Amino acid sequence: MLGKDDLRILLETPGVSGYEDEIADKISEYFKPYSDDIKRDVLGNVIAKISGQEESSEPRPKIMLAAHMDEIGLMVTKVDEKGFLHVTQIGGIDQRTLPTQEVVVHGREKIKGVIGAKPPHLSSPDERKKSVPMSELLVDIGYDQAKAKELVSVGDLITIDRKMMELKGGRLAGKAMDNRAGVMVILEALKELKKLKFKADVFAVATVQEEVGLRGAVTSTYGLVPEIGIAIDVCHAIMPGVPDASPLGGGPAVGLGPNIHPKVHQLLKKTAGEERIPMSIEALPGGSGTDAWAMQISRGGVATGVISIPLRYMHTAVETLAYSDIEQSGKLLAHFIARVDSAFVEGLSCY
Amino acid sequence: MLLKYITEAAGVAGDEYEVRDVIREELKDHDLDIKTDILGNLIVSSKEELEGPKIMIAAHMDEIGMMIMSIDNSGLLKFRPVGGIDPKVLVAKTVVVGKEKLPGVIGSKAIHLQRPEERQVPLPMEALYIDIGAKNKEEAEKYVKVGDFAVFDTKYEEFGDGYAKAKAFDDRIGCAVLLEVLKEKYYIPVYGVFTVSEEIGLRGAGVAAYTVAPDIGIALEGTLAHDVTDMDDHLVSSKLRHGPVLTYIDLSVISDKKLVALAAQTAEANDIPYQYRNVMAGGNDSGKINQSRGGVPTIEIAVPTRYVHSPVSVIHLDDFANTVKLVKALIHSIESGGYEIK
Repeated sequence: MLGKDDLRILLETPGVSGYEDEIADKISEYFKPYSDDIKRDVLGNVIAKISGQEESSEPRPKIMLAAHMDEIGLMVTKVDEKGFLHVTQIGGIDQRTLPTQEVVVHGREKIKGVIGAKPPHLSSPDERKKSVPMSELLVDIGYDQAKAKELVSVGDLITIDRKMMELKGGRLAGKAMDNRAGVMVILEALKELKKLKFKADVFAVATVQEEVGLRGAVTSTYGLVPEIGIAIDVCHAIMPGVPDASPLGGGPAVGLGPNIHPKVHQLLKKTAGEERIPMSIEALPGGSGTDAWAMQISRGGVATGVISIPLRYMHTAVETLAYSDIEQSGKLLAHFIARVDSAFVEGLSCY
Repeated sequence: MLLKYITEAAGVAGDEYEVRDVIREELKDHDLDIKTDILGNLIVSSKEELEGPKIMIAAHMDEIGMMIMSIDNSGLLKFRPVGGIDPKVLVAKTVVVGKEKLPGVIGSKAIHLQRPEERQVPLPMEALYIDIGAKNKEEAEKYVKVGDFAVFDTKYEEFGDGYAKAKAFDDRIGCAVLLEVLKEKYYIPVYGVFTVSEEIGLRGAGVAAYTVAPDIGIALEGTLAHDVTDMDDHLVSSKLRHGPVLTYIDLSVISDKKLVALAAQTAEANDIPYQYRNVMAGGNDSGKINQSRGGVPTIEIAVPTRYVHSPVSVIHLDDFANTVKLVKALIHSIESGGYEIK
């Protein structure tokens, strides 16, 4: 049985962009029972093949599912004379979310650390008016310089130390929901697919380096040559100051716009209607900010779709979502796959 | 594990129930007189009638936290700080709300939706709220009432070379020192007072000092230490691993010079490291004890603490052990006539 405890394991396994080995191993374990073959490409993308079940003389459609497994994080730039660590960011991080966070430093071993903050008693009025820049943040690991240097080197990675928290209403909060929630959607879809008949060969891909520029999607799409590519990622949920977004708990947000193939969008919407899956439309006037942006222009072009899980507080240590949106997204994805046949694929080039 | 229980207990000013329970539990096998006063201060003393200078030792039970002020239509909780909190440390943190310890998060708008200049300015307290997952006001009201308290959801954990992190070391570390001190036998009257509402204006200590009417006052604190990189030595307040901190002066009190001298002598005689606090900032219960009734000579002895008034404060365990040693030794110095009462 899949569920929120599996999401918890995925969230708490580290995997900063470019350093996805640990999370890639974990995801491979999770993909295994559903797939015929799992491989890792040169950049580290985890690619699981799930073969279509129906024998047919026609070529099988190839559908690629992409959910990035990398997370934002910090990297050590200096171990200073007092043993504090100085850091820079990997991926987009609001520096204001960092003071007094607890962290794990992935050094020679996993080391506990705390990002400090000057107490208000010692701050000048001027200091209080400014946020602390990344370059002034210090990670306190409780060692002097000599011992700190034995354990930590410049270039070591740091992730937020945060356990998943269960809120009311089936809502969950934690770090790296972006995009382990997307990986979880693929798992939910593969589970659902076991109950369905489908013609397409499905390639479930946990991509690397999305947060630094969709790099894993570029190489994995090139390698797989799919006709259809669905990116599964998070999108902004409605919250104070963010009115034009998708509702939390309203089911998958299905992307619509120039980054999306109109017929893929139509089939996703039709599927949701027929299967009574609640959904909202995510209007995307330009780039979707997901792997679909890279997939769409791979080789001679790929018909892309985007399924998003609404998320509050993106790129913070308390990213919040509703687990029901993950389940519904998985169901939509599986039933979409079951509806794809060679006629649909042929129609993708007919405008 | 005393430090774990006492730091993980919730006890915002006016709501110190859980802390009192931990203290009573810790002292249950010691034959001591334990009572509470009208404000909730917990006063611990020997059951015997003892002669000699009466010492009151205070540590405050309350911590900084938040109070729920209103619930908006989307089920989010608006709050105000209880005690001094810099809103910078609240962003992207987890909290627990109310007696049922309902989990909640303090979120902030995604970086993708901000202009770069927004990130230069801290988020003000008014822009922050607690999300408990409720879908709307009606659902939130099933779990939360206006006036409920929230505290940080931080676990006690040891790390590095003898360090520990937790919420509320200010002043649960003082409470822990006092508990250890009270487990020893003395031949003069020693009153251990666990005070309430220090963080909103030293409210409990004055009342307790009036009742106890001590000859000497000692306040135990987890005091400011910002001994981090690029801080001038004279601005750090105090340093971890340098022993208990003695205060000459802060914004609430000028310590009794003879008591400070006696504490320093006692430390030296017992090979206990100690240091002097070197900033004026802050104040604590010793200020109220000092001005109680006709006046009481007081001293503050503290465990140096980094990142106070935040979700995660840090101490060194050697400083804790040395502070316990020094306070016990100081009581014995007074016991053997080291301090003359006027």
